[in-house]
Amino acid sequence: MRPLTPRRILGICAALAGVLFIESVVSLRLGAYPISILDIVKTIFNGALGRWNDVPDEYKSVIFGIRLPRIALGILVGSSLSTAGAGFQALLRNPLADPYVLGVSSGAALGAIVSLIIAPHTVGAVQLAAFIGAAATVGVVYFLGRRGGQLDSATLLLAGIVAASFLSAVIMFLMTTLSGRDFRGMAFWLMGDLQTPPPTQNVAAWFAFLFTIFAIAAGAIYTTASDLNLILTGEQEASHLGVNVNRVKLVVYLAASVLTGLAVSVSGAIGYVGLLVPHAMRFLFGTDYRLLIPTSIIGGAIAIVLADTLARTIAAPTELPVGAMTALAGAPVFIYLMRRRMR
Amino acid sequence: MSATPGNGASVMAQPLPHSPNPRVRLKVEQASYAYSATDRTAPKFTLGPVSFEANQRELVAILGPNASGKSTLLKLLAGLMKPLSGRVEVDGAEVSAMDLRTRAQRIALVSQESELLFPLRVWEYVLQGRYPYGRRLRFESAEDCLMAGNALAQVGADGLRDRWMDQLSGGEKQRVILARAMAQQPSLLLLDEPTQHLDIGGKVELLRRLRKLADENRYTVIVVTHELNLAAEFSDRIALLHKGKCLRIGTPEQVYERDVLEEVFDAPLEVEMRNTGRPRVLLRGR
Repeated sequence: MRPLTPRRILGICAALAGVLFIESVVSLRLGAYPISILDIVKTIFNGALGRWNDVPDEYKSVIFGIRLPRIALGILVGSSLSTAGAGFQALLRNPLADPYVLGVSSGAALGAIVSLIIAPHTVGAVQLAAFIGAAATVGVVYFLGRRGGQLDSATLLLAGIVAASFLSAVIMFLMTTLSGRDFRGMAFWLMGDLQTPPPTQNVAAWFAFLFTIFAIAAGAIYTTASDLNLILTGEQEASHLGVNVNRVKLVVYLAASVLTGLAVSVSGAIGYVGLLVPHAMRFLFGTDYRLLIPTSIIGGAIAIVLADTLARTIAAPTELPVGAMTALAGAPVFIYLMRRRMR
Repeated sequence: MSATPGNGASVMAQPLPHSPNPRVRLKVEQASYAYSATDRTAPKFTLGPVSFEANQRELVAILGPNASGKSTLLKLLAGLMKPLSGRVEVDGAEVSAMDLRTRAQRIALVSQESELLFPLRVWEYVLQGRYPYGRRLRFESAEDCLMAGNALAQVGADGLRDRWMDQLSGGEKQRVILARAMAQQPSLLLLDEPTQHLDIGGKVELLRRLRKLADENRYTVIVVTHELNLAAEFSDRIALLHKGKCLRIGTPEQVYERDVLEEVFDAPLEVEMRNTGRPRVLLRGR
């Protein structure tokens, strides 16, 4: 068996990126307004070169105004949640850890809602508040999940469930203070939804802002990849092999909270992606975090773009929340993993 | 045996302070530790002060009943805890002051096995021992693979490299864990109850292997164990702990006195001297 090389990581990631690209083009094609693949490629090509005169107006608004931002948002959210999930699984030494299951998404959602009520028009405030909500929830769940000074797998999950239901109750309470129209939008958003419009006119700058945060947080987790491999075999052993365990845990804790807050702030609480994708990638490519994190980033994007495409085409013209799609696939897998672990 | 209860001074010829013996690898000087009484789940426990030295190619066994402080002493030697007083030195450098990677290059600890969260292959597990030598992201070099391969070969586990860790037998797993420690190329090898899950054949094989590693690789091996007879058979020296104090340190025949062992282990024991010069402990019949 050969050791992992950067070349192998790049090869696998390139293949996955190819899958994501093909999936995105197919997703761009699907929808109420039919556009051929050739026209999609032409439109994107011309748009990227700034030749807007060659692009029909309806194509411009459908592709650049609706479908492409939605796919970009899906990629951002899927990548963030999967990376956060992989990080939480190592940080909490629990294969069932996921931002949604642990209540971290609910904490981020609460933060986001509070900021929408207090400062609705400040760009970036929702992201910051969601991060604070996520980080605070991880902290609380971490301490509630300990038994006899040790992190206990089952207690941790129970703490997450309790935190999630408590936070949901607070969110419901806050939402009753909102008007009827806001309430419906908020309820849809809470179930996980990629239709949230950008808060500014400059969509490209908005996505650049979001993807920069993502790149910093995911990059921070990736710098600890080989440390996480050792932490998975036991914190004390890792420490004895030369890993600065506390520093690694702090980095992963903060970065995974940022990623969860980022995803929830733009799309609400989409569940189980952070659980499903890292496990699927482990099954396909092994448990080495140096490979697992990049494959989870792309795999998460593939998963959400797929889920969202299904969500908006299965019952067209009615759209389902994407969170409902991921929960349909994720809940059975969660139960399977839990039962296998209990045996 | 001149060690007195409490200070645990070695009876071996000690080097004078002004002429450091280059063979001395591990030096423990009046090291002590106390668990804080604030943790309500564990009673307050104090270890030491303990003093002893261990040389290259020496195998030292740490013996004692449960809760006598064996594992605490091992953690002090490993640098996982800083002694409250005194010092622990390896090759002249204080362990608790070493940076983590330097420490991992000099000291390897084989602890009681912990549960793996996700399945891992033997080869990946052994390569983890090369972590302290790597750069960021630590992609393994050809040298790392060579060292890991050598370590596997030396413990006779070459054929296991593509097997999953959770599908190994107790003896196989113990050999692989030992191989990971050897891949660290340490000068001091610490083992915490390595014989715990092994049958008698596995125990003898492991101790024989450790003896060989000490002789051939010039390791200093420190083993915490409950196996009185195996310790007497294979170790150069024995440290006997009781209630957080180091009662005796010396060669097996110096340490194994019937009265002392009976008091420490609270059992009717007999000590007989074999013609190899090593003592054997028997349970006294009714």
